[in-house]
Amino acid sequence: MKIHEFQAKQLMKARGIPVPDGHEVSSVADAISAVAPLVEASGNPVVVVKSQIHAGGRGKGRFKQDPDLAGVNVVTDGIAGGNEAAKAKVGELAARMLGSTLVTVQTGPGGKEVTRLYVEQGVDIERELYLSVLLDRAVSRNVVMASTEGGTEIEQVAAETPEKIIRAEIDPGFGLLDFQARELAYGLGLEGVAFKNGVKFIKAIASAAGELDTDLIEINPLVVTTDGAVMALDAKMSFESNALYRHPDVQDMRDLSEEDAAEIEASGYGLSFIKLDGTIGCMVNGAGLAMATMDIIKYVGAEPANFLDVGGGAEKEQVAAAFKIITRDPRVRGIFVNIFGGIMLCDTIAQGIVDAVSEVGLRMPLVVRLEGTNVDLGKQILNESGLNIVSATDMKDGAEKILEATQS
Amino acid sequence: MSVLIDKDTKVIVQGMGKTGRFHTDKAIAYGTQMVGAVHPSRAGQTEVFEGETDHSGVPGRSDTYHVELPIFSTVKDAMATTQATVSVVYVPPPFAADAIMEAADAGLDLVVCVTEGIPVADMVKAKSYLKSKNTRLVGPNCPGVITPRQCKIGIMPGYIHEVGRIGVVSRSGTLTYEAVHQLTQVGLGQTTAIGIGGDPVNGTDFIDCLSLFNDDPQTEGVIMIGEIGGTAEEEAAAWITANMTKPVAGFIAGTTAPAGKRMGHAGAIIAGGKGTAADKISALGAAGVVIAPTPTDMGQAMLTAMEAISDR
Repeated sequence: MKIHEFQAKQLMKARGIPVPDGHEVSSVADAISAVAPLVEASGNPVVVVKSQIHAGGRGKGRFKQDPDLAGVNVVTDGIAGGNEAAKAKVGELAARMLGSTLVTVQTGPGGKEVTRLYVEQGVDIERELYLSVLLDRAVSRNVVMASTEGGTEIEQVAAETPEKIIRAEIDPGFGLLDFQARELAYGLGLEGVAFKNGVKFIKAIASAAGELDTDLIEINPLVVTTDGAVMALDAKMSFESNALYRHPDVQDMRDLSEEDAAEIEASGYGLSFIKLDGTIGCMVNGAGLAMATMDIIKYVGAEPANFLDVGGGAEKEQVAAAFKIITRDPRVRGIFVNIFGGIMLCDTIAQGIVDAVSEVGLRMPLVVRLEGTNVDLGKQILNESGLNIVSATDMKDGAEKILEATQS
Repeated sequence: MSVLIDKDTKVIVQGMGKTGRFHTDKAIAYGTQMVGAVHPSRAGQTEVFEGETDHSGVPGRSDTYHVELPIFSTVKDAMATTQATVSVVYVPPPFAADAIMEAADAGLDLVVCVTEGIPVADMVKAKSYLKSKNTRLVGPNCPGVITPRQCKIGIMPGYIHEVGRIGVVSRSGTLTYEAVHQLTQVGLGQTTAIGIGGDPVNGTDFIDCLSLFNDDPQTEGVIMIGEIGGTAEEEAAAWITANMTKPVAGFIAGTTAPAGKRMGHAGAIIAGGKGTAADKISALGAAGVVIAPTPTDMGQAMLTAMEAISDR
């Protein structure tokens, strides 16, 4: 589960981790009134206006309606013109940003509508660094990754200058040890006050990752200010979904407007659904088989419209919900149901499909491939249903049949 | 011969709820020696199983069964009384990692954890704990382990399996059944099929299984089924190049999966450009693994791999 930058910074601030002060706003008036208190508190006339969406690359992103406008804007008008000039500029920016659609490398071409802004105090930056905590699957532990290349995508640093990345594995029993935090801080070239602040910051971030069950904390950039403070200029946090039950406060931060409506609806029925761009809807039991079904649709020359795992118990209600969600996509021209009935019986599934089709009134080709326990009974139920259901012998046959049916 | 489990394996169940009971019944019907259960608040009680024997399972049994499983308060107690060496975990996600650690502390040889949805941090801890123990973990979030007609531990349908020559190792559930079914159809059968699970932090990995199968005299070839996410397949490819003496076939699911999305399994995600199907297919191909172009061709890919070796 992802959260917004301002929420990540709230969580950090609550743990004593230094972040610039800021206010989350959703109106032009609130954006303007956020300026003066921030400037007064920091003594810095610069403020920053940042789009709050669940996607990275906001600084380089541009608005669809306003192609010259970036997703993050530093307002320096206050340096010469004082608070009034800063407020005027923030108001102008907020009016242009709110309600507009921001396109970044991570949003896809459709972009995301900006409905919230974060107005934050300016910081006098001396150095920009990178810090993250994430799971390293190869060692089955969280690792802290740090780099002197702040502001750059870590994948790019890893590809081009891997020697600039320093790592430390977190032992789940001991947490990040002091010497590891010092090694990271030395590696980042921190000295004096900044070194002390850096060690403290790194330790606090490592603890936060453990205590909050994050699957990623990424501070990019982590900045050293001219007076030696170390703080998070940006903050990205996402949480491990299996552990969310332990963190009701984090669950409250979920922003459903940032997620796909169909995926949310599907999860309510116990379906694992992911929207794709093709024309062949698919419904499968099991995650691996569901992926393999998408692959074989592509292999025969069509494009899958979705990933959908109905899980272990495909009851009529779930199957009907799955059909409704799949067919709501206007691009879908046919559906391929691929079931390997193990513990789940093929005749039960077949009846579920027949009932669901009768209820939903499916008006597009449907190919069903059944295999496994009671497969003959299952096929009989499909054949005798009187519905226009094409039966397939195996996965490839099914994929070819749905391709043919949707091309005619 | 087989790996990990055989007809003499004695198994206890951790987590005798609705799911645990359902699959314990199926395992007993198959002929698995289920010998006890662990439940902290039901010690001293007995769980009764009755039904018709699954004729695709262990041969030579009467048509019906009646089994009374004693329930113990701890794994240690269960082990002491039953001489079990293996446990299967159906404990709900918040408590499953603890169940795994309890099994390891008691000194079981093998713990098979079926539970899906265990917090990653809990598994990180459990895996670290297991380092100092001699217990092997299979899973979590896996269908389990089966040696056809000898022992079935987990949730897989028994009847699709047949005694044979191929070791199966897979990160997926139903896709494993697909592979097993095809191996049975092409007449190769299986020695043992191991589901290693779809979580990002798991116990036994591809390399462990490849090594076990490589050393098992009855196993003549191995099929490995991977998917997007992580680099376990790439590491397995390197191991195969260096060590494997038997033919290997493979299939990787997720060629069409978009980056950054979790495809059902917690571990099936392409993150930071890593873990793509293309990378895995290319690494395994370079290691001489015969890759099935589609999931329908897994049995055929295994046959091809076996022929390629015998032609040498």
